[in-house]
Amino acid sequence: MDVARKEMTDHLLSGRFIALLFILGLVAVGTVYGAASGLRDAAQDATESGISVFLRLFTVNADPIPFSFMTFLGFLLPAVGIAYGFDSISGERSRGTLPRLVSQPIHRDDVINGKFVAGLAVIGVTLTVIIMIVSGVGILTLGVVPEVSDVFRLLTWLVASIVYVGVWLAMAMLASVAFRNAATSAIVAIGIWLALTIFGGLLFTLVAGVLSPVDTANQATELSNARAELAVSRLSPVTLYDESSTALLVPEVRTLGFVTMEQIDRAIVSELSFTQSVLLVWPQLVAMLAITVSLFAIAYVKFMRQEVRA
Amino acid sequence: MTEKVIEVEGLVKHYDDRVAVAGIDFGVSPGEIFGVLGPNGAGKTTTILMLLGLTEPSDGSVRVCGLDPARDAIGVKRRVGYLPDAVGFYEDLSGRQNMRYTARLNELDPVEAENRIDELLEEVGLTESADFLVGTYSRGMRQRLGIADILVKDPDVVILDEPTTAIDPEGVVEILALISRLAHADGRAVLISSHLLNQVQQVCDRVAIFVEGEIVAQGTPDELAASLSEGSSVYEFVVDATEAQVRAAVESGLPDLHEKIGVTSIGAGRWRVVLPERDISGVVRALVEAELSVRQIRDLGSNLDEIYRRYFREHEEVSA
Repeated sequence: MDVARKEMTDHLLSGRFIALLFILGLVAVGTVYGAASGLRDAAQDATESGISVFLRLFTVNADPIPFSFMTFLGFLLPAVGIAYGFDSISGERSRGTLPRLVSQPIHRDDVINGKFVAGLAVIGVTLTVIIMIVSGVGILTLGVVPEVSDVFRLLTWLVASIVYVGVWLAMAMLASVAFRNAATSAIVAIGIWLALTIFGGLLFTLVAGVLSPVDTANQATELSNARAELAVSRLSPVTLYDESSTALLVPEVRTLGFVTMEQIDRAIVSELSFTQSVLLVWPQLVAMLAITVSLFAIAYVKFMRQEVRA
Repeated sequence: MTEKVIEVEGLVKHYDDRVAVAGIDFGVSPGEIFGVLGPNGAGKTTTILMLLGLTEPSDGSVRVCGLDPARDAIGVKRRVGYLPDAVGFYEDLSGRQNMRYTARLNELDPVEAENRIDELLEEVGLTESADFLVGTYSRGMRQRLGIADILVKDPDVVILDEPTTAIDPEGVVEILALISRLAHADGRAVLISSHLLNQVQQVCDRVAIFVEGEIVAQGTPDELAASLSEGSSVYEFVVDATEAQVRAAVESGLPDLHEKIGVTSIGAGRWRVVLPERDISGVVRALVEAELSVRQIRDLGSNLDEIYRRYFREHEEVSA
C-alpha cells in the first residue's frame, strides 16, 4: 500500500485539501451558528416532548443560513468526491508518470486501489474531524449533551456519509479511467452530479410518467405513479443518501416514502430507537455500498485492460 | 558466450486485426547495448511493454532474467529498470522525493536507499538540484533524473525508450555516455529503442532494425554494413562549389549510374554524397577536372542511417 501512503501524503499537502478543509469548516461554522439560534426555540418544544436536542445541531437551520449541516453536506460530498477522483488516473497519464509507476514491482491494481483508499481516507478523516468539532462546539456553547443513541446515530451517519463520498469518488475515478483528458473527466463527473441533484426530480417524474401513467379519474393510478417515482428516484445515490441522513439524524422519522392521511391520523410524535432507524435505512445503506462497489469494479476492470502507453 | 538475460522467440502481438509485432527473435547479453531502431509505430514500444509484462504477447515466448514476464511480472519488474518515452515525474515533489517513492515501491531499506539516491544523483550530475521541485527541471535534467530513478533498484536489465528524443545535442552526449557506462562498466544488459539512428548507433554493440513489426536486419553495425557492401557508400565531400556543380561533377565521374547518386548539403561547402560504388577514383578525377577546389573527402562507410533508410526503402518497395 505504498501507493496509498504516497497519495495520502500528496493529498494532505495539496491545495485541494486546504480548500476542502476551508469549505467544510465554513459550512460547519455557518450551520452550527444557524442551528444554535434556531435550537433555543426548538429546545423548548423538544424538552417538553422528550425528543433529543443534540442531533438538531446537524438538522436545524435558521436565518440567515438557509441550510442545515445535513443538507449542506448532502450537497457538498459529491463535489468533494469528484474533486479527489476526477484526475486520479488521467492525471497520472498526462504527466507521464503512469508507465514509470507500473514498471515498478507492484501489481497494476495497487495503483487504482491505492488511489481510492487514499482519497476516501483523507475525506473520511476530515469529515470525522469536522463532525467532532461541530459536536464539541454544540456541547460547549449550548450545553446540550448527546445521549448514547445520539452518538450511535451520528457514527452511523458518518459511515453512511463516507460510503456516499465513495460513490462519487468511484464515479469520478471511472471517468478519469475512461477519459484521458482530466478536464473531460471532470466535466462528465460534474455533469452527472448536477443531472442527479438538480434535474433529478424532473427526470424521475418523467420516467415515472412513462412507467405508470396517471389517469386523473382514477386515484389509484396517482398512487402507483407516485410509488413508481419513488422507486425510480431510489436508483439515484442522491435520494438514498438524503433518506439515510433524514432517518438517522431525525429520530422522529418513522417511515421513508409516503404515508396516506389515514396512516398518520392521530399518530403520536415519538422517537424511533437507534436500531429501528438503522433498520429503516438498511436497504439504502446497502444500495449505496453496492453502487460504490460496482462503479469501482467497472473502473478497476477498465483500468486493468487499458494499455499503459501514453 | 554469456547467458542471455533477454530472450525473445517468435514474439507476436496483434491488436484486434492490426499486427503490431509480427514474430521477432532477439537476445541481449549482460554488458551489451542492444539498439532497437526503427521508425515510429514500428512496434518498438509494444515489444518493450511485452518484455515488462505490461502487455500480454499474442504468441511466442519472452524470457527476462529467466522469468516469463506474462506470469511473473513483479519478479521481472524488480530486476528491470524501464525509462519510458517522455518520462514524467510528480512535478510537485523534488527529484529526491520522486526517487524515494521509487525506492519505497521497490521495498528497499530506507537508509540504504537514501545513500544510493545520493550516489546516483551525484553520478547523473543532479546533486545541486536534487531538492528542487521537478517542475523546475529542464528536459535534459528530467531525462538524467529518469536514468538515476531506474537505477535505484540496481537492475540487471535497463530498458530505455527513446532516451535522446527532444534533448539538446550536448545533453544527448551526456546521456549516451551514461548509458554506455551502464553496460560497459556496470555489466548490465541495456536495450535502447530509438528512431534517431545516428545518435544511438555510436553506443550500440548490436542493433535490430524494426520495420512494421518485423526485424528486417540484426547484428553489429559493422556486420550490417558488410551485408550491404555491394550497396551504396556514403562520403563527406568538402568542396567550394554549388550543389549543381558538385552534382554535375560527381555524375560525370560515374556516367552509367548517375540515377543512384545522392548529393545533399550538410553545411557550408560540405556535401553528403551517396555513391553506388566504393571505387571513387572516377568521381575524384571528375571533381579535379571540373576545377573545383576539393578540400576533403571522408569515407563515412555504410552508416546505420544509410542502412536503415535502405531497409526501410526496400521494405516499402516490397509492400508497394
